[in-house]
Amino acid sequence: MNENTIICRCSDVTLKQVRDLINDGYVTYDEIKRITRIGMGPCQGKTCGQLVMREIANMTGQNIKDIKFQTTRPPVVGVKLGLIAKEGKKDEE
Amino acid sequence: MRQAELLIIGGGPAGLCAAISAAKSGAKVLIIERNKYLGGQLVKQTHMFFGSEKQYASTRGIDITEILLNELDKYKENVEILADTTVVGMYEDGIITALYKEDDFFKISAKAVVVATGAFEKSLAFPNNDLPGIYGAGAVQTLMNVHGVKPGNKVLMVGAGNIGLIVSYQLMQAGVEVVAILDAASKIGGYLVHASKIRRMGVPILTSYTVKEAIGKDFIEKAVICQVDDKFQPIEGTEKEFDVDVMCISVGLTPLNELLAMRGCQMKYVPQLSGFVPLRNENYETTIENIFAAGDTTGVEEASAAMVEGYLAGLCAAAKIGYKTDDFDERKNDFVKQLDALRSGPVGKHILSGIEQIVV
Repeated sequence: MNENTIICRCSDVTLKQVRDLINDGYVTYDEIKRITRIGMGPCQGKTCGQLVMREIANMTGQNIKDIKFQTTRPPVVGVKLGLIAKEGKKDEE
Repeated sequence: MRQAELLIIGGGPAGLCAAISAAKSGAKVLIIERNKYLGGQLVKQTHMFFGSEKQYASTRGIDITEILLNELDKYKENVEILADTTVVGMYEDGIITALYKEDDFFKISAKAVVVATGAFEKSLAFPNNDLPGIYGAGAVQTLMNVHGVKPGNKVLMVGAGNIGLIVSYQLMQAGVEVVAILDAASKIGGYLVHASKIRRMGVPILTSYTVKEAIGKDFIEKAVICQVDDKFQPIEGTEKEFDVDVMCISVGLTPLNELLAMRGCQMKYVPQLSGFVPLRNENYETTIENIFAAGDTTGVEEASAAMVEGYLAGLCAAAKIGYKTDDFDERKNDFVKQLDALRSGPVGKHILSGIEQIVV
């Protein structure tokens, strides 16, 4: 049943995948992200963030307050590479 | 690169009030808003607000937007608005990047920033939770009240907080059947005045219930719910089934904090504030100098408090960059008193116990 429970809608990562990884010792959001691409889609981890942290907390016996928050980086939405290049060129001029 | 004195990110209740307050002090403000319109979530609030008179109690949210925009217009020589624009990055060197529609990407440098990005809806994990027809309750409210789209015909509402209750009522106003409202908590979280109105219309509110699964092929056709014990564990044999084409998830909001986090502001998980929030001082300045934050992004509360926090943050941010008016103390004390009054009830006490943990 966990196979049909979606934690990350952007990359279709299931609860089963997340739990299996935690069981394998991947106990931070960023590690799970590197393996599954969770949090790297259009929503940038806004939907799955707290769900994943709660799973890590429950399965490792920690308080959610003590779980490391995911690393956030720009950009928060998709930006076309051409636009970034164009803006970057302005610095050269 | 675009230069700004005070950049305000987000044109919802907190951002608009920060802009009013700072522009009144004499600062030049630039408001960047992701949507095409200002007002944030106020524009879809067709119900009348509670709170106190100064925060427009008994006025509908959508009308509060108009009041705030009229107030802002008084200082229009100090105000510039960029709508349909998303701030996409905040960097260590102070540079901020933004995207207008999908066509224009540019850099901004500002003397100070007020981040007022609000909150977003939490999601819920259950089998088949990705079936079409399963929405956030806030999303359904936007669909109906902003875009005039009826989301479906039979709705199960998950969550009996104020958003769940209000959106249920508004669905019924739009002619949509609400089959039930459920909540995992043993008590209704929202105001009883909202809950009573819904009960009078014959809709059951099932406390200590959770979603077991959604069933459907191409979209949701059925929802199965079950009772939970006092540790929120499902109790077997208590299942109920509903034929629905929409399920609304209203299990709370969490602060939208990604810009603050990427900028390097110290963040802390505070359950009373519903998620990760920035540490700040009493002037709403984060641990990074000249980066201020206000409203739901500093802790989920409600629009009345977001407005007053916005006024305070705008006032203090303007003062920090050289626009400290003679009546600064008077204005500040007035806002602080308003916030104290708003937080004088039991919910306020809970919020204050969260705020204690982030004010440094």
